[in-house]
Amino acid sequence: MKLVIDRNGLLKSLAHVQSVVERRNTIPILSNILIDATGDAVTLTATDLEIAVLDSLDAQVMTPGATTVPAHTLFDIVRKLPDGSEICLDTTEAEGRLTLSAGRSRFALSCLPRDDFPVMADDSLPTSFELAAKELARLVDKARFAISTEETRYYLNGIYLHAADQDGDAMLRAVATDGHRLALVQMALPHGAEGMPDVIVPRKTVTEIRKLIDDVSGTVQIALSDTKIKFSVGSVTLTSKLIDGTFPDYNRVIPEGNDKILKVDGASFAAAVDRVSTISTEKSRAVKLAIGTDAVELSANSPDAGSAVEEIAASYGAEPLEVGFNAKYLLDITTQIEGDEAEFVMADSGSPTIVRDGEDDGALYVLMPMRV
Amino acid sequence: MAPKLDHNIEGTNGFCRTCLTDLPPRDTSAPAPPRCPNCHSPRLVKPEQVAGLSIAHIDCDAFYAAIEKRDNPDLATKPVLIGGGVRGVVSTACYIARVDGVHSAMPMFQARKLCPDAVIIKPNMGKYSAAGQQVRQLMEEVTPLVQPVSIDEAFLDLTGTERLHGMVPAKTLCKLAKHIEDKVGITVSIGLSHNKFLAKMASDEDKPAGFFSITSAQTRDYLSAKPVTAIWGVGKAMGKKLNRHGITHVSQLQRMEQAELVKQYGEFGLRLYNLSRGIDHRQVRKTDVVKSISGETTFNEDIADQERLERLLWRQAERVASRAKKTGWAGYTVTLKLKDNQFKSITRSKSLHDPTQLADVIYRTAQPFLAKECTGRKYRLLGVGISNLVDPGDSDPQDLLDPDAATRAKAERAMDLVRNKFGKDAIEKGRSLSTSKQALPEQNEDTDPDPRNL
Repeated sequence: MKLVIDRNGLLKSLAHVQSVVERRNTIPILSNILIDATGDAVTLTATDLEIAVLDSLDAQVMTPGATTVPAHTLFDIVRKLPDGSEICLDTTEAEGRLTLSAGRSRFALSCLPRDDFPVMADDSLPTSFELAAKELARLVDKARFAISTEETRYYLNGIYLHAADQDGDAMLRAVATDGHRLALVQMALPHGAEGMPDVIVPRKTVTEIRKLIDDVSGTVQIALSDTKIKFSVGSVTLTSKLIDGTFPDYNRVIPEGNDKILKVDGASFAAAVDRVSTISTEKSRAVKLAIGTDAVELSANSPDAGSAVEEIAASYGAEPLEVGFNAKYLLDITTQIEGDEAEFVMADSGSPTIVRDGEDDGALYVLMPMRV
Repeated sequence: MAPKLDHNIEGTNGFCRTCLTDLPPRDTSAPAPPRCPNCHSPRLVKPEQVAGLSIAHIDCDAFYAAIEKRDNPDLATKPVLIGGGVRGVVSTACYIARVDGVHSAMPMFQARKLCPDAVIIKPNMGKYSAAGQQVRQLMEEVTPLVQPVSIDEAFLDLTGTERLHGMVPAKTLCKLAKHIEDKVGITVSIGLSHNKFLAKMASDEDKPAGFFSITSAQTRDYLSAKPVTAIWGVGKAMGKKLNRHGITHVSQLQRMEQAELVKQYGEFGLRLYNLSRGIDHRQVRKTDVVKSISGETTFNEDIADQERLERLLWRQAERVASRAKKTGWAGYTVTLKLKDNQFKSITRSKSLHDPTQLADVIYRTAQPFLAKECTGRKYRLLGVGISNLVDPGDSDPQDLLDPDAATRAKAERAMDLVRNKFGKDAIEKGRSLSTSKQALPEQNEDTDPDPRNL
């Protein structure tokens, strides 16, 4: 294999694929990236056996061929090469070595045979639809903070993506929960997604796809079966296995009888929570909300760090209520609120509370209070 | 310290440990008086023995046995062993029993052979920990820098307390020892020196009710006669290794170069070099006493049956939870400990998202570990504990997805209430009820400091 490629293009592609490669690998080939040159293009592939990311870009291919080299090393080299340089990749000079030359720099990287590189089986993905990258980013951003890290409940370690019916409207819904809070975000079901299987997209896949669609203004093609999902963004495709499990019936978690409604200015509330929670520590993580008719007093107390109080304006119609929340969880939710108004729908200080974004009626959060 | 100030500091000229009377100033060339001029006690502390020393180690004498003797004067003249059951070990032997060669950590059957008349008492940890607390409080009245090592021993740093107490540290300590004897009813032994390593060695020199000091000037000679195993950190294995190299006594280490020791034993060589010369830079630190709450049991017979082990796990989980609730702690980490019939220990830990003080959560966290180890192997010991302790305020939040957990938590807390009111046996869960009396665990006193009301 011998080819010449533009450094900036290669860097961008490497950035797309290399982040899926784990820093530590017991299987050496998984540290590598597959470089496959045919025609006048080169394809880069990285995988961790769960996810495979593939990107192709134009290159001047002198000798077609393929090899694998350590992904992070290659990425670091290309990153440090000067802007706009031309890079030559060559495996014909020495056996088992990839020679990378650019300007006066020359690197020899040890290769592993391409045939050892694991290929993710190309299953049929019967459902496919298209989504604006911004829409997908919204679904991901507003749900992913609630993904559980608890291994015993592995089926919570991802975003539950599925079609749902909301008062007769078909919706594409993303739900995540760790048992302490739940995030539900939805949008009108895109054309082609009807009858899609209910799937749980793993945390790492969520992180990787979110990186790929950052700053993308176009669309994302999504294709899925009940075991795999494939995202195509421009020249990049990410294929991932799905979590094999059953997501719990989250509808049971969303309380129905809550009747105490508190309305606050979303941004100033989030800022106040952020300020007050400076005091909360690993040992005492609660922020207390003392809710009155026209104000909420937020307070935090820590035996080590001290205490904090802040009052913000609010509108509230029911009898005064004191309720405590985990500061971080509350902050996770309030920072997702885009509109002017955040709405808390409560029953009492011990029952799940609903938080709604005044602007975005497609997002809903459930938060479990803490004893204070 | 300038001699001018010393006039105001008691004990500068030496004092009597029995009546705490100061000795009159004397000419250093004249022979020291053999007995206290006031009470005629021979227990005199001479000024040159203690000048400038302020790091102390205080060790209670045969702690558990002393408390049992305190509470039952009939035992005063009898050999007493504290420890449990058929397969337990001696956790404390009183000084009378020690004459027959019994020592702590000795298997009970062996101790019985050596000392057939011994009165064997099951440990009452509640009582001991209360006494330990009392002792610690008295220590803390003397200096804020108290570092407890275990329930019955602690390091104290008395540096800079002369003016505060108006007496030299040695006298403060002897007064404290008397105080402990009067208020708690047990005796302690004091080691005083210029660092922790030496203070700890010193406290062992004059037991019971002892006082021993090692000054800087004496340090080298004092250590040179000791076997290498006297050095902190040199256990059986290291001792053997050193013996193989022909090193049996500290004096040999004292003659060796630092480079030589480091080359031979690595970082440990540096320790050998320093400690053999009485150099120890560790500070006396105030530490949090409670680091973990755990309970373990050694069975009367080895058990391989998963169901039986699970029942015992539940019992231990309940005990740990009960103590956590009582002492106001919740733990982030649950650890399961097993010891098989080959005495091989297994520990498995898991960190939780939220701290817990519930038996239900402790059991559910540890049970999968236990299930994995139930491969037909026979176990002699099972223990479970929580660590990374925090205030229980944030513990065991309700789980949105597991409403049953909330119900179980409520049930557990309700059971706690019943137990607090009517006693520990008033209510039990089905799964612990089926534990046959045969399999009922014995307590391993060492890891279970407070089984009161359990």
